[in-house]
Amino acid sequence: MSTITTDPHAHGDHHEEHHHSPPAGLKRWLYTTNHKDIGTLYLLFALTMFFIGGAMAMVIRAELFQPGLQLVQADFFNQMTTVHGLIMVFGAVMPAFTGLANWLIPMMVGAPDMALPRMNNWSFWILPFAFSILLASLFMEGGGPGFGWTFYAPLSTKYSGDSTALFVFSVHIMGISSIMGAINVIVTIFNLRAPGMTWMKMPLFVWTWLITAFLLIAVMPVLAGTVTMVLTDKYFGTSFFDAAGGGDPVLFQHIFWFFGHPEVYIMILPAFGIVSSIVPTFARKPLFGYASMVYATSSIALLSFLVWAHHMFTTGMPVFAELFFMYCTMLIAVPTGVKVFNWVATMWRGAMTFEVPMMFALAFIVLFTIGGLSGLMLAITPADFQYHDTYFVVAHFHYVLVTGAIFSIIAAAYYWLPKWTGHMYDESLGQWHFWCSLISVNMLFFPMHFVGLAGMPRRIPDYALQFADFNAFISIGGFAFGLSQLIFVWVLVKCIRGGEKATNQVWEGAEGLEWELSSPPPYHSFTTPPHVK
Amino acid sequence: MADSQQHIAQPNHKPLIKKLLVITLAMFGFGYALVPLYDVFCDLTGINGKTSSMAATADKAVVDLKREITVEFLARPNADMPWLFKPQTQKIKVHPGEIKLVYYEAENITAATMTGQAVPSVAPGQAALYLNKMECFCFNQQVLTAGQKLLMPLQFYVDPALPEQFSTITLSYTLYDMTKHSQPETVAALIPTGGNHE
Repeated sequence: MSTITTDPHAHGDHHEEHHHSPPAGLKRWLYTTNHKDIGTLYLLFALTMFFIGGAMAMVIRAELFQPGLQLVQADFFNQMTTVHGLIMVFGAVMPAFTGLANWLIPMMVGAPDMALPRMNNWSFWILPFAFSILLASLFMEGGGPGFGWTFYAPLSTKYSGDSTALFVFSVHIMGISSIMGAINVIVTIFNLRAPGMTWMKMPLFVWTWLITAFLLIAVMPVLAGTVTMVLTDKYFGTSFFDAAGGGDPVLFQHIFWFFGHPEVYIMILPAFGIVSSIVPTFARKPLFGYASMVYATSSIALLSFLVWAHHMFTTGMPVFAELFFMYCTMLIAVPTGVKVFNWVATMWRGAMTFEVPMMFALAFIVLFTIGGLSGLMLAITPADFQYHDTYFVVAHFHYVLVTGAIFSIIAAAYYWLPKWTGHMYDESLGQWHFWCSLISVNMLFFPMHFVGLAGMPRRIPDYALQFADFNAFISIGGFAFGLSQLIFVWVLVKCIRGGEKATNQVWEGAEGLEWELSSPPPYHSFTTPPHVK
Repeated sequence: MADSQQHIAQPNHKPLIKKLLVITLAMFGFGYALVPLYDVFCDLTGINGKTSSMAATADKAVVDLKREITVEFLARPNADMPWLFKPQTQKIKVHPGEIKLVYYEAENITAATMTGQAVPSVAPGQAALYLNKMECFCFNQQVLTAGQKLLMPLQFYVDPALPEQFSTITLSYTLYDMTKHSQPETVAALIPTGGNHE
């Protein structure tokens, strides 16, 4: 490309110390400050956590296969639902997105690396410690945390086990890691964009991650404060959430969801960026409504701070507050609808092909929209009194997180894997992975809407007999979805070890700076900044 | 394109990092600031059924004989609190502005001196702003010796400004064991002297 100047040896002066090959073996990974190495570490860590959290989901589904208690005791079941949630949110989805950010943002903005490479190393390497602490607590006397990933007080302050302290510290470490990652992303995007890359020329993945990073530094400290309050309430005699000492347990829910709702968008905004990259490539048309996508993402982020109490409609809020949060929540459907419209309009009359990344992106658009619609149903205050804490809620957030966030991460992996490894993945295996996942994930989560509407509560190890057939069906879907992900691992291993050589552009319709680098890209992406027209 | 390879000086990241760290710390502080903000917000709006922890005065209250409000009294000891605790009156009808005095009974049935604290809650929540307590045992902690019984006064009136849609107000107290948290000297001075010591 005439617009790009990439000569790694032309200008070496202050990059000179980086111009050696990475050290071999374990040290390469422990000491690395390279954005690609750290991105790979993040992605592999997320994949590992995805399988650990997934194994817990399998325990949950196995127990729920039949009514009654067969496999595990109620206490352990609670620990499984709690740690499954924590692992998937903080261990799988968020690190996977951070890994993608590490790999892609420097390449997309034309930078040699992330702005703060040493902090980057730290932000990854404290994560395994956080999750070791959390997972180890499951094997200790008294077991791990069993109060749900939302750790409502007084359940977590008065009626929890000794593992609560370990839970709190592990969340602290996860939070510090996320904040460091977010600061790195912001500084990279602000300071290291290539000449000519103005704000409105940034790829949408970069835009969505920039906004996500601001959400992270806005709410992760609030989560850190919340867990600290739980810690001091439980062990040091404070009364933040204890009515006897003048506190209020409902306050916990306000503070938690002030973090919790923006957190939901932290887990979906990068997915919007991914889908906005993939759809134009395989429709062979530029993205429809780029600017409106940027504004829609920003307004979703701003609105996310005004809707937290829609998680708390049943706490006895006054009617005007319920109406306020109901309308604000419904307002979010507008920018989200703009996005879905733009994706569909991008495909309209495009020359479409259906490679695996596109298949996952298409599934994302359809299934995420289903999750969004059930979210709208939950936003209706009077209806929420029926849906609250039922499997309908479980169905809703798994549609947005599994077929939303996770599908987008898988789509991203297929889309950029040839760029990362230099090899094409096995297309037919990938298609197998897609179709097995698509069918099983809907068997798994769609019937949950029905059992939820019929009144089956969430987070219980046992249930009324009339839900038995549905639950058996759901469990089979769950096992099938879990097994389908093994195909993904097979594809990944096969692609990393070899395969058809990928071209620089990889996909016929792909546009952006990352496709102008070689496949695999050089160790330092752009040692000389490219020029963006 | 060789001439366009201008070498950008390594940008100075520090000012931006500092700003982001300040935001991070400020948001950590904001999480804690939500605690008093929440209390202030609840005091101002009366949501969440929180009543004022300060004694009200009845200077401006004019009795509105045209309206009658039912006030119901509930009491329950917290699960960890072994005392007996109940209202003497289940419910009364009052005119807005009319000052009423009712009593709650507490009995320490254990063999040790204990401290209790009653925490009020009003339903419906918005009515909490209009239930004015001139004297309430819930303003202080109560210390009861083993087997001691105490009659605890509650003097209140319903604000005549109570919106039309409310005809019944329920005042509920939960009694908590504060023995571990209290300082006996200061609390002892606060024991209401008007109560019946039996």
